[in-house]
Amino acid sequence: MGADRRSLIAALLRLARQPGPWLTVLLLAAMFLMPKAEPLMRWLFPGDPRPVYTRASFFELTLAHAELVAISSLAAAAIGIGVGIFVTRECGREFAAMAGAIAAMAQTFPPVAVLALTIPVLGYGAAPAIAALCLYAIFPIIAATVTGIEAVPATVRDAAMGMGFAPRDVLWRIELPLAFPFILAGLRNAVIINIGTAAIGSAAGALSLGSPIIEGLSASNPAYVLEGASIVALLAMAVDRGFAWLEDFTRPGGPEQPG
Amino acid sequence: MAPMPKVHDHVLLTLSCLGFAGVVSGGFMDLAQNRLAKGSAYSLFQAPAFEAAAAMAGLCGLALLSFPRRPKLRSFTTILAAALILWGSCAGAGHFAAFLMQTAPPAARVSLGPAFWILAITAILAIADAVQRGNFGFFARLFIGAAFCAGFFLMAGTGSFDHLSLAREFSNNRGIFATELLHHLGLVGAAVFIALMIGMPLTVLVLRKKAMTGFVFAGLGILQTIPSIALFGVLIAPMTKLSEELPFLRAIGINGTGPAPAVVALTLYSLLPLVRGFYTGFSEVAFEVKDAATAIGFGARQMFIEVELPLALPALLSGMRVVTIQAIGLASVAALIGAGGLGTFIFQGIGQYALDLVLVGAIPVILLALLTNFFFEMLLGLARRKL
Repeated sequence: MGADRRSLIAALLRLARQPGPWLTVLLLAAMFLMPKAEPLMRWLFPGDPRPVYTRASFFELTLAHAELVAISSLAAAAIGIGVGIFVTRECGREFAAMAGAIAAMAQTFPPVAVLALTIPVLGYGAAPAIAALCLYAIFPIIAATVTGIEAVPATVRDAAMGMGFAPRDVLWRIELPLAFPFILAGLRNAVIINIGTAAIGSAAGALSLGSPIIEGLSASNPAYVLEGASIVALLAMAVDRGFAWLEDFTRPGGPEQPG
Repeated sequence: MAPMPKVHDHVLLTLSCLGFAGVVSGGFMDLAQNRLAKGSAYSLFQAPAFEAAAAMAGLCGLALLSFPRRPKLRSFTTILAAALILWGSCAGAGHFAAFLMQTAPPAARVSLGPAFWILAITAILAIADAVQRGNFGFFARLFIGAAFCAGFFLMAGTGSFDHLSLAREFSNNRGIFATELLHHLGLVGAAVFIALMIGMPLTVLVLRKKAMTGFVFAGLGILQTIPSIALFGVLIAPMTKLSEELPFLRAIGINGTGPAPAVVALTLYSLLPLVRGFYTGFSEVAFEVKDAATAIGFGARQMFIEVELPLALPALLSGMRVVTIQAIGLASVAALIGAGGLGTFIFQGIGQYALDLVLVGAIPVILLALLTNFFFEMLLGLARRKL
């Protein structure tokens, strides 16, 4: 009984030292308790008649934000990994130089500029924001996929072929598992940037956690800005921790033991 | 029967297919009665015949060029064909706009349509691919880039584009544009400078005290994940309080909104890539090299200047490159908190539904980032050659 309790306490302490769960708890609290924070906002911003954003609930905003990021990132992952696999095959080798050059150039493009370029072509709202986020995220994922597959040692590939693996098996059972950490790192990078850019997408009419920020900035209402900004910052940090956990969890040999 | 000719360059064939698809599917120009009205699209086939024919000839050239076997010949002629496409679509757009504006009311706007952009992208990709495959040297690349820029500015200077809405937005804002560009560069410069001033001692600290390494990098990493708009927003309230409490800060222009919080946020974002670049640079100088330098009697200062700094230079420059390009992009978000810069046009354009005004902000931001990348690539090349 005593040993049980002690191991429970030890487990809780281990949990307490990891920022991931804490950030998630904070995010949930901020999302659901923001309307209750009116006295706090009143104290921080005296003289503001309506210090809490009420046009949409923060849960709704977070959901809309997550939807923008998830749809665009999944589409970008599908396209990016597909292109990455294609240019490392025999039939697509010819396109590798061009894909590499485009990916390198596109990654110097600022995400806001990509968002700004899609608006004249696609208009306002959620769909253009998703297209812009997807377009931006494709290139780091292509670069990561190509780097990951090219990092597979030729000897490993040869050994697999020698054992009688078909090209398809080499891809699925050797190259993709070995390239996975690289792809995951590329995806993490893209998703974190997309969370930030989706907030800016509110300037072009997409509903997201950026909506209170943009409205607060244009109406000089700093309380709205603070509310939206703190939730979006928590969301980005929590998702980043989630990816760190996933990277740790999928590492060959299992997760690293803490301590 | 003659044998079917063999395709030797699938990339060019794909590109020309992209170009044809663009021409067939989308509008080349868009004429709207005013800023807010929905425009009607005109295809490339309705454009002035001479320029449209030039663009189409360039596209056909690209398709035909995927057949010859000799790569060197292909590279040169590809650039010529791409130049033809670019000239045809740019001059065609300008000429077409002038023609459309003859009969349209003065408030009408002629914007570039998707087909124009697809043609331009096709041509630029073809040039990039040809330059890469032709293995051109640095000066050849510089010459090609300069020739295209010169051609573009010559056309702009002789007024070819004057009737395009993009050019009109630009000339309406010409005066403000210079100010905002300087403002943008000022924000980036200030942030990078302050980040250097903080980053260098921080690197020394991290290099000397290994125990601090994890802590410092974890802290800076968390800062890096915070979305830019959120950091700008979060800084407003405390900086407003600060400038209310301390009048001397207010006296030198530090407020809750405006350039001050923007520079603070940009500096915070710059720290991680900078310190990481510096750290890798200095910690990767091999022990053997340092030992050898000590053995032939180098002192600490001489060691730093003649051994460590040159060997760490490529990593330092890559760090600086990442930081500068990142700051150029993030500074455009700073317009939202009233810091000025090129982002002003982007957000003003979005707010007023003036989509060409958005481009007046976005295109220079992209060009600045690409130019910075090119500049640092050049420096990196020089630094590596010296080793």
